[in-house]
Amino acid sequence: MANDPIHQFQIQKIFPIEVGGMDFSFTNSSLFMVLTVAATCAFLIFSTSGRGLVPSRLQSVSEMAYEFVAGTLRSAAGTEGMRFFPLVFSLFMFVLVANLFGMFPYFFTITSHIIVTFALAMLVIFTVIIYGFMRNGMKFFKLFVPSGVPVALLPLVTLIEVISFLSRPVSLSVRLFANMLAGHITLKVFSGFIVSLSALGAVGIFGSILPLGMTVALTALEFLVAFLQAYVFTVLTCMYLNDAIHPSH
Amino acid sequence: MAGETHSTTEGTHEAIEVPAAEHGAGFPPFDVTTFASQLLWLAITFAVFYWIMKNVAMPRIAGILEDREDRIAGDFSEANRLKEETDAAIAAYEQALAEARNKAHGIANDTRAKLKADNETRREKAEAGLAEKLKAAEAHIAGIKTEALSQIGEIAGDTTSALVEKLIGKAPTKTDLTKALKSAMN
Repeated sequence: MANDPIHQFQIQKIFPIEVGGMDFSFTNSSLFMVLTVAATCAFLIFSTSGRGLVPSRLQSVSEMAYEFVAGTLRSAAGTEGMRFFPLVFSLFMFVLVANLFGMFPYFFTITSHIIVTFALAMLVIFTVIIYGFMRNGMKFFKLFVPSGVPVALLPLVTLIEVISFLSRPVSLSVRLFANMLAGHITLKVFSGFIVSLSALGAVGIFGSILPLGMTVALTALEFLVAFLQAYVFTVLTCMYLNDAIHPSH
Repeated sequence: MAGETHSTTEGTHEAIEVPAAEHGAGFPPFDVTTFASQLLWLAITFAVFYWIMKNVAMPRIAGILEDREDRIAGDFSEANRLKEETDAAIAAYEQALAEARNKAHGIANDTRAKLKADNETRREKAEAGLAEKLKAAEAHIAGIKTEALSQIGEIAGDTTSALVEKLIGKAPTKTDLTKALKSAMN
């Protein structure tokens, strides 16, 4: 069980709740969602409690996160896109902190479950579709009909555009889910090697240096991936929101 | 080296075999029975998170950043105002300096002209005095000269008559003497 790389993704019920035959139990996943939200809110609020004109270290971390997301959204979707800033900032912080929380040993990684990342992706896609139709009406369909394409090619291009639009939630959610899942499995497998090699005696202990080095290197890589995937999720969200604001491209 | 590879392979086998034995239900992320609970709790937590971000955390950070921007903009305009004041002071100072310089030039020129005029009149006065004295001296010399010349004839007559008396033993007559003297002196 200690060596089982899949065990870390197991959902365990903490408070069983059942409504109408559906299982809505408060699980370890729910617990870490609550912890992610609580930790992020606490950090952002307490670090800015000084309201320093000259920021303290923690305050400048909050400010950096804020300005980083603001800059990403503004460059991708323009000033008009700033109406989605609360959503984009919430998504970035939630995914980032959830990913980073997953790096603690024995912590549950909520973004390693496809249903969570898919739900977040669908939130983005529905925001794009609903806002796109509210703002542009039927002109929103221009998104699928690029201008300046020869008439003969138009049906094909439109088909490709529709397929690419429909695959967005899948690619958005699978990218995040697969990265987190694969990274954690790899880490677990390599650290499992250390344990099983060390059990073989002196030669094994010596040999376990190799997977140990790999585990250290992978841990660093996983921190990078945790940030990078949160960033990629945010950038793509910004680009999709830009489509809702300016559908004719 | 060979032993190490062997044991690594063993570890992989162990790692892969165990889940199949323990989790008959399959891969946890694809376990549909957990989806409802995850979706519900994600919706609750994310909604709360979004609300707190939108209404508490973000206005706070935005307020801090805005305050700082305002402060910086205020400081900038204050600095600009002070700079303008400094520039004006420098211009006023330079103007005063130029005026003072002009005034000093004027005073120096006036003084120089006045001194020059003074010197001129004094010089002219001195020259006039000298010319007068020169004239007087020249007149005096001319007087003495004419006096001496008038006495020369008499002395020459006396000397001549004495010489002639010594030579021929007889003094010449006054008329002859005067005649001879006149012809000799002319």
